[in-house]
Amino acid sequence: MEQFQVRGTTERRAGGNRDRAVIGVNASGNLEVLVERVLPDSECLVDVATAVTGFGRIWEAVIQEFLERTSPGGLKFSINDGGARPDTVTLRLLQSVRLMEDEA
Amino acid sequence: MSNPVQPNEADWYEASARERIDGLLDPKSFVEFLGPEQRAVSPHLAQFDLTGAFDDGIVVGRGRLDGQEVFVAAQEGRFLGGAFGEVHGAKLVGILRAARDGANNDGPRAVLLLLDTGGVRLQEANAGELAISEIVDAVVKVRSAGIPILALVGGRAGAFGGGGIITACCSRIVVSEHARVSVSGPEVIEINKGVEEFDSRDRALVWRVCGARTRYLTGGADRYVKGSIRDFREAALALIRNAPSFDLVTLVAEQQRLMERLQRFGDCRDAPDIWRKMGLPEPERIAELDDDAFLAIRTKGADHDAR
Amino acid sequence: MTLDEVLAALFPAGHEVVRGPSGTLHGTGTVEGQGKITVVGIVGGTPLGVDGAILLSGHVLSVVKADQHEPIVVLIDTASQNMARRDELMGLNEYLAHLAKSLALAAANGHRTVSVLYGHAAAGALIATALSAQSLVALPGAEPSVMDLPSISRVTKLPLDQLKELSKSTPIFAPGIEPLFATGAVTEFWGRDQPFANRLAALLREPPLTSDQRDRTGLTRRGRLLARKIADQVAEEARAHA
Repeated sequence: MEQFQVRGTTERRAGGNRDRAVIGVNASGNLEVLVERVLPDSECLVDVATAVTGFGRIWEAVIQEFLERTSPGGLKFSINDGGARPDTVTLRLLQSVRLMEDEA
Repeated sequence: MSNPVQPNEADWYEASARERIDGLLDPKSFVEFLGPEQRAVSPHLAQFDLTGAFDDGIVVGRGRLDGQEVFVAAQEGRFLGGAFGEVHGAKLVGILRAARDGANNDGPRAVLLLLDTGGVRLQEANAGELAISEIVDAVVKVRSAGIPILALVGGRAGAFGGGGIITACCSRIVVSEHARVSVSGPEVIEINKGVEEFDSRDRALVWRVCGARTRYLTGGADRYVKGSIRDFREAALALIRNAPSFDLVTLVAEQQRLMERLQRFGDCRDAPDIWRKMGLPEPERIAELDDDAFLAIRTKGADHDAR
Repeated sequence: MTLDEVLAALFPAGHEVVRGPSGTLHGTGTVEGQGKITVVGIVGGTPLGVDGAILLSGHVLSVVKADQHEPIVVLIDTASQNMARRDELMGLNEYLAHLAKSLALAAANGHRTVSVLYGHAAAGALIATALSAQSLVALPGAEPSVMDLPSISRVTKLPLDQLKELSKSTPIFAPGIEPLFATGAVTEFWGRDQPFANRLAALLREPPLTSDQRDRTGLTRRGRLLARKIADQVAEEARAHA
């Protein structure tokens, strides 16, 4: 099992006024993402727990690409991973930001 | 996004626990207790090299069903098979005790249990087993306080093991085609008794022995619905209105009902043998009918208040 | 211990117990301070299936109907639930639930219920019998389990040696009296040197239990550190949102 964090600085605060959202399930090929608006606007953080070890560099790349794409300032993403493929990770992260942009 | 599926038109089987609650209850009425942001997770999984779930695989809270206050618990069947662990089970115990405690004031009109479970989580076997017994105790107490408890079963995991026992403790049971309700899993029977006794890879057999249609036709479920979340909602609304009370009269009637089932069908080897004895048309085809055709079958005596 | 030894030790003043089909038994036993109490049981290591369960629930409901409020002792040396196609086809879940409900009804109607485990009980049979009474007494030779370690090893893919090692530091999954005592399932354990009849009389003299305290017991005994707290937290949030 691995647990690691990827931090980022962001130019803008993530839109919307929701405090938190959760998407996905920790199941085979899937992942659970809990996102919380708890950080300063210029910061974001992705906290990953995964039972599949050895893919740290791919996680890093996927997450950095997501952070650059969405600039989710103020958001903390916590992940329980069940062995998802990179594109599923990206999908869930994007879904979670979209949920936060919805009306509370 | 254009033309999104309305939450309650979505398929129950495909939906997550949260999506089922969202589609089942009145829009925006759900308030979750001990939600994922509180991180009430299992402390027992790391030693098995397993990651967890922020809600330990069960969502509990309150909401409204056609304006009526209800308490809800929904298991996420895809997380560790929806199995009962210490925290998971305790959340369900807690919502049931809350229902019982609220019964004399503004307590809920009903409790809805969206069960989707393979039974006890073996990594936490004793805690899971105890939780199931505590849930049975709590279900009885809630029912004794006059609050109906509905079991809604139609997900990937079914209601196995202790989940099957809890199901049959509820006031009313709703199933859809995907549901299996059973105690021992098919694989366990095969391992213990051999493939002749139960070929666990024979899916059709699994559904004939444990599946929703058999449960419904033998009186083991009160409603059989087509698979949308709205279908479950409509069934729940109807069944809340006439749930059996938990008392000696009901249990004596259930004793009679269950004894009669054994007397009539106790030497049947497979479901079609039961349908034949019931006088149903084309017993061998019943498993293959579509839901509309299945629902058109009229059976005598399947409806009862003895639960 | 054999069934006869257990009966003699529990009811030295006398008992009239009849064996029935499917490993069941029923009858009465005399307890000091209580007179004749009801005894039911599933014995001989017989798995609990639809046939045994419906007989047991029938005995329990007869007692409730008679409305004499005497205690009910459930003697248990079973196995797991009966693993058979026929039982599942008949809806075993309903029969086990019905037995659990019948025992719960008896308790609610003023019958003190005590399960006495002197042999095996596992999984669904454990739930429907031993765990469905207000108090669970374990005697020497009692072997409660949810599942045996080799099967847990197969399902969880953790090697058996590792599981055995793990079970030394946590009572949360392993079979046996000690883990089930620590987690709150077992109310009392009576060793061979204890006078069972006196212990039973004392247990039955205690005021009736009005609520399920097993999770609190699990917390006190440190076998289940979270269950009670989590249940209380959920109930508290529900109250706060009223």
